[in-house]
Amino acid sequence: MSAQDAEPVITVKGLRNSFGEQVIHQDLDLTVRRGEILGVVGGSGTGKSVLLRSIIGLQTPDAGEIEVLGENMIGRDEDEAKNIRRRWGILFQNGALFSTLTVAENVEVPIREYFPYIKPPLLDEIASYKIAMGGLPANAGPKFPSELSGGMVKRAGLARALALDPELLFLDEPTAGLDPIAAAAFDELILSLQKRLDLTVFLITHDLDTLHAICDRIAVLADKKVLGVGTIPELLALDHPWIQEYFNGPRGRAAAASYEHEVVA
Amino acid sequence: MADLKGQEADDPHGSVYRVQGALTITRAATTQREIDALPDPLTIDLSEINRMDTVGAWIVYRTVRDRGAKVVGASRDETSLLEQVGEFDAPTRVTPEEAGGFTRVLRELGEWVAEAGVTLVGLLGFLGAVLIGFANVIRRPARRFRLNAVVQRFDVVGVRALGIIGLMSFLIGIVIAQQGAVQLAQFGAEVYTINLIGRITVRELGVLMTAIMVAGRSGSAFAAQIGTMKITEEIDAMRTIGVSPVEALVLPRMMASILMMPLLGFWAILTALFGGGIFVWLDLGIPPGTYIQRLQEVIPMTDLWIALIKAPVFGFIIALAGCFQGMLVSGNSEEVGSRTTTAVVQSIFLVIVLDAVFAVFFSSIGWA
Repeated sequence: MSAQDAEPVITVKGLRNSFGEQVIHQDLDLTVRRGEILGVVGGSGTGKSVLLRSIIGLQTPDAGEIEVLGENMIGRDEDEAKNIRRRWGILFQNGALFSTLTVAENVEVPIREYFPYIKPPLLDEIASYKIAMGGLPANAGPKFPSELSGGMVKRAGLARALALDPELLFLDEPTAGLDPIAAAAFDELILSLQKRLDLTVFLITHDLDTLHAICDRIAVLADKKVLGVGTIPELLALDHPWIQEYFNGPRGRAAAASYEHEVVA
Repeated sequence: MADLKGQEADDPHGSVYRVQGALTITRAATTQREIDALPDPLTIDLSEINRMDTVGAWIVYRTVRDRGAKVVGASRDETSLLEQVGEFDAPTRVTPEEAGGFTRVLRELGEWVAEAGVTLVGLLGFLGAVLIGFANVIRRPARRFRLNAVVQRFDVVGVRALGIIGLMSFLIGIVIAQQGAVQLAQFGAEVYTINLIGRITVRELGVLMTAIMVAGRSGSAFAAQIGTMKITEEIDAMRTIGVSPVEALVLPRMMASILMMPLLGFWAILTALFGGGIFVWLDLGIPPGTYIQRLQEVIPMTDLWIALIKAPVFGFIIALAGCFQGMLVSGNSEEVGSRTTTAVVQSIFLVIVLDAVFAVFFSSIGWA
C-alpha cells in the first residue's frame, strides 16, 4: 500500500478521557496517514464519538497528545485553532445542518466565514458545484433541511464539509440510517471524492460493507484503547474475541463474501 | 503567500492572465477580481502554478465557460481537475423562489388569515380533547388518573415557584406601600396606605402577577417540553403504544396549573401584605397589630373571593396556551423556540384581557 509510509495526518498519543468515574479511553494511541481512508469501529459505548470529538477539539481530554495536520491540538487558543479548522471538514452523524438556512446557504457558511471577500455570484456557483459534488440534484439547493430525506441530509452535510476543499475529512457514521442502496452509493461517493480531491478520511462506522468497500485500514476500539489497526485479515490475525465476532459473525461473513476478501480466522 | 499576477500581454488583441504559485480558495476573491478586470479575448496561463484546488479550478472553468477564455500550460492533473469540476456544473438557487412586492404582501396576509383560522379551529379541537380527557379520567379515575405525573407537576409548578413568587410579591408590596405613602402624604392621609395595599394586592395584583410569573415559568416549560417531545417523536410513540398524550402530558399540567394558581395567588397576596406591613411599620410607624386590624376592616371578603375565582381560570388559560402551542410544534428545533414564545405572549395577553373582563363583571354584580 502506498499509504504505508506516508506522513501522519492525525497522531493521538496516550489519550485519556473520562466522564466522572467512568473511564472511556486510557492510553489510546492512533495514527492516521495522509491519503488513507481509516475506518474506526467498536461496540456501542467504546468511545468512538468521544475520540472524534477529542481530535476535532470539541472535548478536552484528561491527558494525552493530539496532533492534527502537524499542529498540536491541546491547549490552543481560538485563533490558532481556526487555521486548522479551515483545513478539515466534518460530517456529523445527523448532518447537523443549520435548520434556518437552506442547503446552499449551509454550504456557503464556512466559505463566508473564512473568505468574506468572495462575491455572491462566485459564492453561489461554488455552493452549486459543491452540492453537485455531494451528489445532490440542483433543486436541493434552495430547500431547507427539514424538507430533505435522511440520505439527502447526509449528502448536504458532506457538501458543507467539502466547502473549504479540506485535506482531512471526518465522517461520523455516514451510512447509518440509509437504505443499502443509498449507503452503497454514499460509500462510492466518498471513495471517488477521496480519489479526486486527495482526501484523508477518518470514518466512524458500524457498516461492515463500508469497511470492506472503501477503508484502507481499520482501527478497532475496545477495552478503552485501539486494539489494532490494519486491514481486515491483519486484524483477524490478532485473535481478539471481539474482532473475531465482529468480522466472523453472520453479518461480517456475509459482507466479506460479497467483497471476496480472504477471511482467515 | 501565493503570488498571483494578472498582466496584459503585448498582443493588442487580448490579455493573458498568468497565475503563479497556488490557485486556491485563499486567493479566490482576488483572482476573480483580477480576471474580471482583464479584457477579452482572455488566455489563462497555468504553467507556473504549483497547487490548484477545486475553487481555483472552478474560477478557471467559469471563465472558460462564460467568456470563452483559452487555457494554456495546464498539467495533466490540472486538466483533469478542470474537467472534473465541469462535471459538477449544475446551477442551483440559494434561497427558495419568492414573489416580490404587492403579491408577497397579499400572500402573507392570506397565509396569516388562514393560519389564524386553522389555529382557532385547532384550539377548539384541543379544548375538546382536553375536556374528553377530563371526562375519561373522572369516569375511570382508578385507571386513567396518573397520580405520579400530577404530583410531580404540582411540585414543579407550585412548590418550586414559592420562592420566586414570594420574593416578587414581597417587593411589590413594599413598592406599593412606598409609592402610596408618598402620594397620600400630600393629603396627610398616610394611614390610607393600608387600604391601598390591602385592596390592590388582594383584589388585583397578587393573582395577576402570579399568573404572569407562572406563564413565564411554567407555561413556557409546557410548550418547550411538549414541543421537544413532538420533535423527537415521543408523542407519536405514546400514541402507538396506546397512551393518550392528552391524558399523560396535558391533563397533569392542566391540573397542576389550575390547582396551584389559587394557592400561589394566595401566597403572593400574603407575602405582598407582609412586605407592605414591614414598610408601613418601619416608615410610617404603624405597628403590625394595628396594620392587621386595619386590613380586616378595609378588605371586604369579596375581594379574596374575586382573587380565588380568577386564579384557576388564569391557570387554565396558561396551561391551555402552553400545551396547545407545544402540540403544534412540527419540523425543526427553531419552532420549539417560536412556539414557546407564542405560548407565553398569548397566555399573558389572555390573562390581562380576562382580568379586565372580570373587573367589569365583579363591579357590575356589586362586589365592589
